[in-house]
Amino acid sequence: MELKVQTQGGCASSGCGSSADRLAHLPEAIRAKVNNHPCFSEDAHHHYARMHVAVAPACNIQCHYCNRKYDCANESRPGVVSELLTPDQAVKKVLAVAAAIPQMTVLGIAGPGDPLANPERTLETFRQLAEKAPDIRLCVSTNGLALPDLVDELCQYNIEHVTITINCVDPDVGAKIYPWIFWNNRRIKGRKAAEILIRRQQEGLEKLVARGVLVKVNSVLIPGVNDEHLKEVSRVVKAKGAFLHNVMPLIAEPEHGTFYGLMGQRSPTSAELTALQDACAGDMAMMRHCRQCRADAVGMLGEDRGQEFTLDKIEHLEIDYAAAMQKRAEVQAEIEARRAAPHQPAKAAFVSLASIERVRPQPKPAEPRPVLMAVATTGGGVIDQHFGHARAFRIYEASVQDVRFIGTRQVDLYCTGSDTCGEAETRLEQTIRALDGCEAVLCARIGYEPWGKLEAAGITPNGEHALEPIEEAVAAVYREWLDAGRLAPVAAASERLSA
Amino acid sequence: MAFKIIEGCVNCWACAPLCPSQAIVAAKPHFLIDAHTCTECAGDYADPQCASICPVEGVILDGLGVPVNPPGSLTGIPPERLAAARAEIRAR
Ligand code: SF4
Ligand code: SF4
Ligand code: SF4
Repeated sequence: MELKVQTQGGCASSGCGSSADRLAHLPEAIRAKVNNHPCFSEDAHHHYARMHVAVAPACNIQCHYCNRKYDCANESRPGVVSELLTPDQAVKKVLAVAAAIPQMTVLGIAGPGDPLANPERTLETFRQLAEKAPDIRLCVSTNGLALPDLVDELCQYNIEHVTITINCVDPDVGAKIYPWIFWNNRRIKGRKAAEILIRRQQEGLEKLVARGVLVKVNSVLIPGVNDEHLKEVSRVVKAKGAFLHNVMPLIAEPEHGTFYGLMGQRSPTSAELTALQDACAGDMAMMRHCRQCRADAVGMLGEDRGQEFTLDKIEHLEIDYAAAMQKRAEVQAEIEARRAAPHQPAKAAFVSLASIERVRPQPKPAEPRPVLMAVATTGGGVIDQHFGHARAFRIYEASVQDVRFIGTRQVDLYCTGSDTCGEAETRLEQTIRALDGCEAVLCARIGYEPWGKLEAAGITPNGEHALEPIEEAVAAVYREWLDAGRLAPVAAASERLSA
Repeated sequence: MAFKIIEGCVNCWACAPLCPSQAIVAAKPHFLIDAHTCTECAGDYADPQCASICPVEGVILDGLGVPVNPPGSLTGIPPERLAAARAEIRAR
């Protein structure tokens, strides 16, 4: 018997829910556009870096999950920045970063407000970059209110991707998410505001698609508000030609001072998020590796090298544009060559059960249940991270048939600092919450204290498979549990999982 | 008569480009309105532009010193609730 491990083709670090499969239905021209975009292609995020510049602090609407106190250094989430830049400063920073990190392919403007609410700053940044660094792709995120009027101008620069945050297509739902918008020189509230916003978002989406710009739709999953409705959103935006739908969890901690945070609106559990992503998936590409980055993030996804490139550090840098561009072209050609190389054959893809089997198990009366396991890894396909250092866990489902990559769960969304936003204690609690539904966590090492807390939460820590390939280790642990009789049949399991 | 920006403004830039009289100054620690230049938008708009886009409650006062966007009016968070939550967070 062979235990099949799905490595969903294309991803160099095995087992990533790879873009190659999910984006396979897209025309070649589109795949070429997302191939080296770390936010759009799950495969690309292992190889390429992106950066955001915060030039756009103004916003023309209010979302109940946002507050505009956007400079908390201890938070890592959209809308949070520590340094607001003028367009000239932003351009300088982009050129400096792109010279230092040749894997950088994408520059995005994503706030902290709405980049199109105050378009001069955003467009000026794009205009200069299109001229000075023509190899860098530009993208922008928007709430969509001002979008339809700016599509033509955006298309003049190297803009190939636009992200629109669309949380609803029904104004009654919208009224529970957006208290007001600023429109035609007035503040408009309630259902009417939502109606206008929705109309403008849809109009912008249609116009962009008609111009051949790739549109990704972000949606924030707000339990009890738009959870069911997002399936409808997914259908609508897909029908209109959006190429990727990214459902992200609501972040609502009281200390962030948002309406939802203060009114006790809860965030979705990881299991709810996964379920909704599955429901929305259909034949449309879903994005599961989004890290909800800060509006001034720099580097590979999930890493933030912003501190290396603060204004004072780059101010006196002399950058040789031509040389930097040449270097980028070389490094990126190398990356592509590596990605194109044929993948390791069966070794990673098939694990012979015989090789990991110990005692032949007693025949089971019913199918053993599947188990979710979390893995701490820095991304190379092996279990190589200390539990306490992991900012995200990769979740795998092990069953008798196979080991399947389910998605990534982050733990760094809420806070990374300790003085204002809670202690290590809370951090551990957040991690445990993020691992909801998992029964094991595989890591390189783990401290004594978290070990106990994890066990108390019903999650078995396991450091025995350090530096082993992920799928093999997950399969081995599953096998071990099976042999130990820990895997009650499915019926009994559902009881336990829901408990 | 003129509008006024007080402490609490988060320097978000939303108001400044909208002012028909260029009365808003991007100052530190927070933005300011030049009282001589502000026209309260009279003759240009039905609603004062700065106060119509400002996302922070209570930071813009009208000519009489009354907050144009009083607590609760923008976020929908009842002021008692906000106070309670703040106390709770502080007590942690
Ligand atoms: S669109 Fe963005 S900046 Fe504006 S209120 Fe919503 S989340 Fe905040
Ligand atoms: S009230 Fe009108 S004129 Fe006065 S500062 Fe505000 S926007 Fe400018
Ligand atoms: S809109 Fe309000 S918070 Fe923003 S800069 Fe103007 S006064 Fe300050």
